[in-house]
Amino acid sequence: MEFFDADVAIVGAGGAGLRAAIAIAQYDPALTVALVSKVYPMRSHTVAAEGGAAGVVQAHDSLDAHFHDTVAGGDWLCDQDVVEYFVSRCTPELLQMEHWGCPWSRRPDGRVDVRAFGGMKIERTWFAADRTGMHMLHTLFQTSLQFRSIRRFDEHFCADLLVDGGNVRGVLTIAIASGEFVAIRAPSVIVATGGAGRVFRENTNGGIVTGDGMALAYLRGVPLRDMEFVQYHPTCMPGTGILFTEACRGEGGWLLNRDGYRYLQDYGLGPPSDTPRNKFMELGPRDWLSQAFWREERAGRTIDGPHGAVVHLDLRHLGTAKLRERLPQICDLAKEFLGIDPANSPIPVRPAVHYTMGGILVDGRCATSVAGLYAAGECSSVGIHGANRLGSNSLSELCVFGRLAGEEAARHAREAGASDAPNFGEQAREAADRCLEPLARRSDGERMAGVRREMADTMERGCGIFRQEEALAATCAKLDDLTDRSRAIRLDDRSRTFNTEWLLSLELGYQLEVAKAMAHSARARLESRGAHQRLDGYTSRDDARFLRHTVATWAGPSAPPRISHADVRITRSPPAVRAYGAAGETAATGRST
Amino acid sequence: MSDATTITVRVRRYHPEHDAAPVVRDYRVPFAPDWSVLQALQYIKDEIDGTLTFRWSCRMAICGSCGMMIDGRPALACRTFLRDCNPAGVEVSSLAHFPVERDLVAVLDGFVEKLSRVKAYLIPKREAIPGAGENLQTPAELDRYRPLSACINCQLCYAACPQFGLEPKFLGPGAIALAHRYNEDSRDAGKNARLDVLRGDHGVFDCTAVGYCSVVCPMQVDPAHAVNSNKARAAASWLSGAFAKRGARS
Repeated sequence: MEFFDADVAIVGAGGAGLRAAIAIAQYDPALTVALVSKVYPMRSHTVAAEGGAAGVVQAHDSLDAHFHDTVAGGDWLCDQDVVEYFVSRCTPELLQMEHWGCPWSRRPDGRVDVRAFGGMKIERTWFAADRTGMHMLHTLFQTSLQFRSIRRFDEHFCADLLVDGGNVRGVLTIAIASGEFVAIRAPSVIVATGGAGRVFRENTNGGIVTGDGMALAYLRGVPLRDMEFVQYHPTCMPGTGILFTEACRGEGGWLLNRDGYRYLQDYGLGPPSDTPRNKFMELGPRDWLSQAFWREERAGRTIDGPHGAVVHLDLRHLGTAKLRERLPQICDLAKEFLGIDPANSPIPVRPAVHYTMGGILVDGRCATSVAGLYAAGECSSVGIHGANRLGSNSLSELCVFGRLAGEEAARHAREAGASDAPNFGEQAREAADRCLEPLARRSDGERMAGVRREMADTMERGCGIFRQEEALAATCAKLDDLTDRSRAIRLDDRSRTFNTEWLLSLELGYQLEVAKAMAHSARARLESRGAHQRLDGYTSRDDARFLRHTVATWAGPSAPPRISHADVRITRSPPAVRAYGAAGETAATGRST
Repeated sequence: MSDATTITVRVRRYHPEHDAAPVVRDYRVPFAPDWSVLQALQYIKDEIDGTLTFRWSCRMAICGSCGMMIDGRPALACRTFLRDCNPAGVEVSSLAHFPVERDLVAVLDGFVEKLSRVKAYLIPKREAIPGAGENLQTPAELDRYRPLSACINCQLCYAACPQFGLEPKFLGPGAIALAHRYNEDSRDAGKNARLDVLRGDHGVFDCTAVGYCSVVCPMQVDPAHAVNSNKARAAASWLSGAFAKRGARS
């Protein structure tokens, strides 16, 4: 085993991890940053974000409006003090990205352009065509190359977080190429490993999005919060789940059912208009749009396709020139994967799992309950998304909280000084032995892929767009069964060199922990709010009992998570009826008078 | 061999722990017209042989992980479809010109080091003034470098470049394209800082102008054009440097 000493170790080098690394390098160049990623940083899933990043820039917009859109979009389950900080920091961070060279799309006068996005009252979504995440990620990665204090551990898999006496001590990694362990000792560790959408069958996420950091923090005693809130993105490619950005609708796209009818007008989002109106129709929030699809499907008004029911995303009226300028990737994906030119034909779409609103419980400064351990980005639950994230808030989140986590971790590292963990080597070796167990296992058990598939199927059945107790209970039981079976799966590959099958088996272990936290959290929320909708008697929001965060705490390898609830911090937006379309406009007028 | 419902995937495999040389193995997988080569490889790994090793993540041609040789050409496995492959069987191997780590995984460490060396990051014209807002950049100025910024670092262009095959120290099309991306950015002042590396040993003049890099690029970055532009710029800088010296002597 190799050992490396750092001041801050960062696990994950997507948007949040890279932003944190740069923040530390700028905060104090004398601090050594170990930036650990299981892929080359530019492969991280931030790369797949398409539509844009929110930050108030227009004269008629305000931080207040961004705050209210976010809190209402989250169905009041947001921590409002954190949202307040967040919206105030978005624009400075996106400007910082501009100063680092991000190729933001521009207006004719040279100013940064913004587009409309779902649930946002005023256009405030900065974009780089429809490859915004790719450009932000590459800008951050290329910027990071200048800083000598950032030592990258590319293609190093995070095998464990090393925690001792309530303090983080470092991370154990596997150098994928050799299969050898590298233990990184550090007084501060930032988890920035992204989401866990791959625990579901049909999803927009890359193969690497397996909830590693969530599971590792959870297993080391940090609770996972609000895990029942899983976002279905309404417009995804049937079968693969590949994303067609919300910017399609921001630019004016329509959703049509089998009768060519803009069905969203029947779901509290109308009336329809030819030109897009913010917070109306197709510019409603993602949870509502996915739920509307589900109801249309039940009513028999969707279209049958080879990979299940679909509706049509109609961009034809936007014209070729606008499509090529604003949505080039969408055009390429439609053409290559579906043989469709969106200028001539509507795109068949259906909802797929996209984002985990919940995650590692952190305070408003990104700190977990373990001293020195921080989390930022999708893996964390800092409190800004509530029960439903608004599109374009997550790319901004990476910058705002990536930076904050970096600065907080740097400060802690400086105060704590070099890590004096006498048991570190022993602890790392014990963790390494646990990781090696699947390779040593002599088993004629089943193949891994079957267990993984059954996990994804049962999550879709129990924790899909609508939920009910019976299915949730079945999913919880099934996940227990799969956990047992996962401990006896047979690996074909017992070598150490670039053994991806071994790493997949470790990821599967992480995924099952996250899946159980999701299912049990969902089961305990006896109401409907945001992305958590129930059919079994708890069909409406119940603020009296459930204007509360769900907190899932790991309770042992064979026990279900311990579920408790915690207060939501409400500062200036008391819970109100969540409304969009004409009803939303009436409600807003009522509030301001 | 293949029939209407299956297709043969012929994989060049190599495991450094026990293979002296690569070995070819055939796998029969279900044929579906909308399946990508990546999906075929995933099927093999999941259902037939868990030891098959390859990189992938996004499945949508944006993360750049799954570059490999498919029927002899550098391509992304996720956006190469079985329907477009040779029905007699599709051949896959790791990216040409790179050492093989294992199976379809090439050793790609050199690229990031080259990106650092060519300073592929913005060197600002002026220090940002707090509160001054964004740099203005017109759509026309953006268009000068935007196509270059689409590079996803998949390195198919290196597998297409015969010169890189002969000389791995060559900066190569991708890194030069990204250096050029910043040179062409109206906010950047780093042209001179990048010049020595671009015109130095194994810089732009190693290129023999084959142009295959631009053919295989999945993002239409046109690295060949970027390399040529910098040859012209480097030559011009030498000339003006030579004149300046002569002027100084007289």
